[in-house]
Parts: sequence; structure tokens; C-alpha cells
Amino acid sequence: MLAVKIHNLELKNPVLTASGTFGYGEEFADFVNLNRLGGFIVKGTTGTHREGNAYPRMAETPSGMLNAVGLQNGGVDKFCSEVYHRIKHLDTNIIVNVSGSSIEEYCEVAGKIDALEHIPAIELNISCPNVKKGGMGFGTDPQMAAQVVAAVRKVYHKTLIVKLTPNVTSVVDIAKAVEAAGADSVSLINTMLGMAVDVERQRPYLSTITGGLSGPAVKPVAVRMVWQVAHAVTIPVIGLGGIASAADALEFLMVGARAVQVGTANFIDPAVTMKIIDGLDDYCKRHGIKDINEIIGII
Amino acid sequence: MKEIHDFTIIDRQQLGERYFSLTLQHGGTMQPIAPGQFVEVRVEGEPGVMLRRPISIHDVDETRGTLTLLIQIVGNGTRRLAHLTIGEHLNLVYPLGHGFTTQMPTGSRVLMVGGGAGIAPLLHLAKVLKTKAVNSTVLLGGRTADLIPVREAFQPYAKVGIATDDGSLGYKGLVVDHPDFVGTYDIIYTCGPTPMMKAVARSAAARGIRCEVSLENMMACGVGACLCCVTDTDEGHRCVCKEGPVFDISTMKKWYQQ
Repeated sequence: MLAVKIHNLELKNPVLTASGTFGYGEEFADFVNLNRLGGFIVKGTTGTHREGNAYPRMAETPSGMLNAVGLQNGGVDKFCSEVYHRIKHLDTNIIVNVSGSSIEEYCEVAGKIDALEHIPAIELNISCPNVKKGGMGFGTDPQMAAQVVAAVRKVYHKTLIVKLTPNVTSVVDIAKAVEAAGADSVSLINTMLGMAVDVERQRPYLSTITGGLSGPAVKPVAVRMVWQVAHAVTIPVIGLGGIASAADALEFLMVGARAVQVGTANFIDPAVTMKIIDGLDDYCKRHGIKDINEIIGII
Repeated sequence: MKEIHDFTIIDRQQLGERYFSLTLQHGGTMQPIAPGQFVEVRVEGEPGVMLRRPISIHDVDETRGTLTLLIQIVGNGTRRLAHLTIGEHLNLVYPLGHGFTTQMPTGSRVLMVGGGAGIAPLLHLAKVLKTKAVNSTVLLGGRTADLIPVREAFQPYAKVGIATDDGSLGYKGLVVDHPDFVGTYDIIYTCGPTPMMKAVARSAAARGIRCEVSLENMMACGVGACLCCVTDTDEGHRCVCKEGPVFDISTMKKWYQQ
């Protein structure tokens, strides 16, 4: 009843978790049955080990939070040789978020992940706002976005999802460009660039001054952008931004998302994904919906 | 194993203006809790507070299935928690993090140094160390005598020394200047304001004494997923919530020398 398809990916249900909010899945194993998820997207992975930005990296804001982690991760080789072997047995779709600072780095990481049998898809992060030469430069220009997607497409042969930034004038232009360059799906939105000031100390809360806003505060913007993109491209759209309940997930599905990602809400309720899956099931029963696809894109 | 659970508040004590304690009953079988571990508390009914608040575990009674949190009022989240009353529920994710080393040889001389709300995890630690037949001293520091009621709780488990900035109780001055601080110890544990912990760590390092510090960075997830709460260590950024909050200073030179 809840199964959906993203290109070649068969999802048990449309509920995924967002990169950077769910670690490598293991961190949540005490709270959720990982195998019940439609899938999870692991932490942004780069060509080499990255230490990320200096502390403080996080600030709470009304109904949301700013982060400036800056892609801290152990690098793709460590993922392939260590992390992968700890999680590959899970009966769910494990998707790797691929990040980088150059086309060469994106291709190197994507190529190495392509060789991993139990990773059926990557999410290409061309939208990280928190590293200087990172991602978002590619994701804010349609030609640059197309260039990196086309290059990765040559070395990556499974399902290629491209994660888009909301920090642009027209997200539709970027979505169309990456679709034309060979993306199998787009996910949106990454965090919105924001800033907050500690007036007592008279300085920004974040070491990087600006950071990415996530949480319920961004949801209406995300719903609007998903609706726009879903009407402009033919590839499946994955919606995210502030989802904390089944009703939130349904908003995204109704405006055209084929699947959703749950992010910041995992920090508040580590078991929230299970409640969302149960809530979708319950909604379908209450409304006599036999297949969740019936309501996808009805608006 | 970590769990998400609704506890019931069975006791509340106000400790001066800035501190209070809540004793929470599990109602079923509580997970085992090591000294130095913490909980993430859900704050409800306060618009603008979304994230859980990390709070040290002050005391544990495994037989009764209760734990006590000692909380300092610092912002909107803790101010809201201060209004909770007996009988209300509190949703916790617990037990989180890596705690203090408690495997010490019989007869070891241990020193615990706590400042302000950092006194919190030391009570559970002192109780567990008591079962190891070690010789414990605890030094408690604060701006004023607000936390004095807590002192009495330590007395069955350790020799207690007090230092207050205003001299309202015990030694007048910093806890690191207290006469008992310079004794001979096999290990020093510390939790409190960062400048205090760094001073303790520097002194322990200079005297060749093993030392563990319990850090208190701002957190989001509490389980090592978001990487927001990292501290500098000699091995790079490490999550305070998962690899800490307790760190051995042998890997923290960069941190305490700053």
C-alpha cells in the first residue's frame, strides 16, 4: 500500500531520512527498526577525510535550527572499508550522500560508491551551504549543475539523485538542467542560508557566521519549491524540509513528491520515522486509499 | 541500550535561585546508567524551544527505578523545566554518552572537582566509587552557597571541601586554590565551567596525575549523528555527546592548553 518507486529504487514506503541527520543509521538502531524505513541517506561523504568547521556549529532558532557542520566525515575510503561493512546487511535502501569541492572529487567518490553492491543509489550534494568551495557553488548555477551531474553520470551507473539548494532565484531552472544532464531524481530542499546573532555577546552564534536553516520553519518554502519542481520535470522528486509528522509528509506527497526525507525531527524524536510510516498507513486506511501513489501529485 | 521514555516527576527541590533538582521515576525497568552519562530532555509547552536539552544525571537509584537531574536555569528551555511539578511527565532519551572511568584499584586516591551545575554528575560517580573501596575527596565550587544542600548528599561517600567566590561557605576563592586540591591523587575527575576544568587539567598534567574532564557543548541529536557538539581534541573533532562527554586529558592537550 505504501510502496513507491524512485527510478530503479523500490521503497517499502516513501519515508527516507535526510543526510547529516541520521549518521550511518547505527546511531538510531536502539530507537527504530531500520529495516522498516524506505531507506536512509548517510552522512555527506567526500574524497578525503574532513574535520568540518569550528565549534559552535549549531544554534536553535524559532521552530528550527542553524547548522554549520561543514561536511565533517571520514572520507570515502573509510566509508567503503569500514562503515559499509557494518551496515550493508540491512534490509533497506542505503543511499550515500556524495559531496565534494570539485568535479573530480564528486566523480572519484561516486565511482568508488558505484562499486559497492549494497548501495543502490547516491544523492549528489550540490547544495551544501557550509563549506567554502563546497557544493552550493555548483548548485546555484544551471550550467555548473549540469556539468557536474553529466560528469558523475559517466562514472555512476545506478540511481542518481541530485540534491538541490533553495538558495537560488529559480529552483526550477536548476532542476531542469540536472534532469537534462542525466539525473534520475531530484531531492529538495537542502538547508536555507541563515544567520543568528547573540546580542549579549554581540557576535554571531555560529563560528562560520552564516549556516543552514532546517526544521519546521522552512517547511512552507520547501512545499512550494517541491510543487514547482514536480510540475516542471518528469523525473521523480523527493521532498524534504521540516517534516515531523505524517501530515507533513502527506503535504509533500500531495504536491508531487514521490518520497520524503525526515531530517531535523530525528533529533527531537529519534523514533519519529516509525510514527510517520504508521501515520501514512493509518491515513490511507481512513481515506480508503489502496495505493499511496493515488495521492502523489494530486495538487 | 538507549531508550525514549516518559518518566514521572516524583520530587522537586529548589536550590537557591538558579538551580533545582527533579527526581524522576521510570515506572518499569530503567536502563543501567554509568556515572557521567546524560539524558536529552524534551521541553514541551515553550514556543521557540524545539531541541531537547542535554542534562547530567546527578543520582541514580536502580532499586527504585529513579534518577535525579540537577538543573541550572540558563535559558528558555531550562526555565520551562523549572515550572514542572510533581506528577507531571518528562520525556527522556537516555542513557547517552561515554561516562567516567570507575574501574579503579582498591585504595586508589581519587579527587572529584565540581563547579556550579558541573557538580551534578559527581554524586552518582562518588556513590559508584564508594563501592570500589577507593579513598574519595570531592571539592565543590560555586559563586555562592546556592548548592550547599547538595554538599550533604556527598558526605556519606567522600571527604567534602567547599569553595565559594563570595566566601559565603568554605574556602573563599577558586576551587583549584582550595588546600585539598594539591594533595596526592591517582585520578582527578572534573566537571564545571570550562576555565575551571582547563585549570584542573593543566594542574593534573603538570603533576602527572591521570584526569578526566566532562564537557558540556551545545547539542542537537545527542547520539553522534549531527556532529554539532564537537570539541577539539588532539585527534581532531570528536562528538561530546557520543565520544564524550567525558574525555581523558591525555588526548586533550590542544583543548586545555588553549
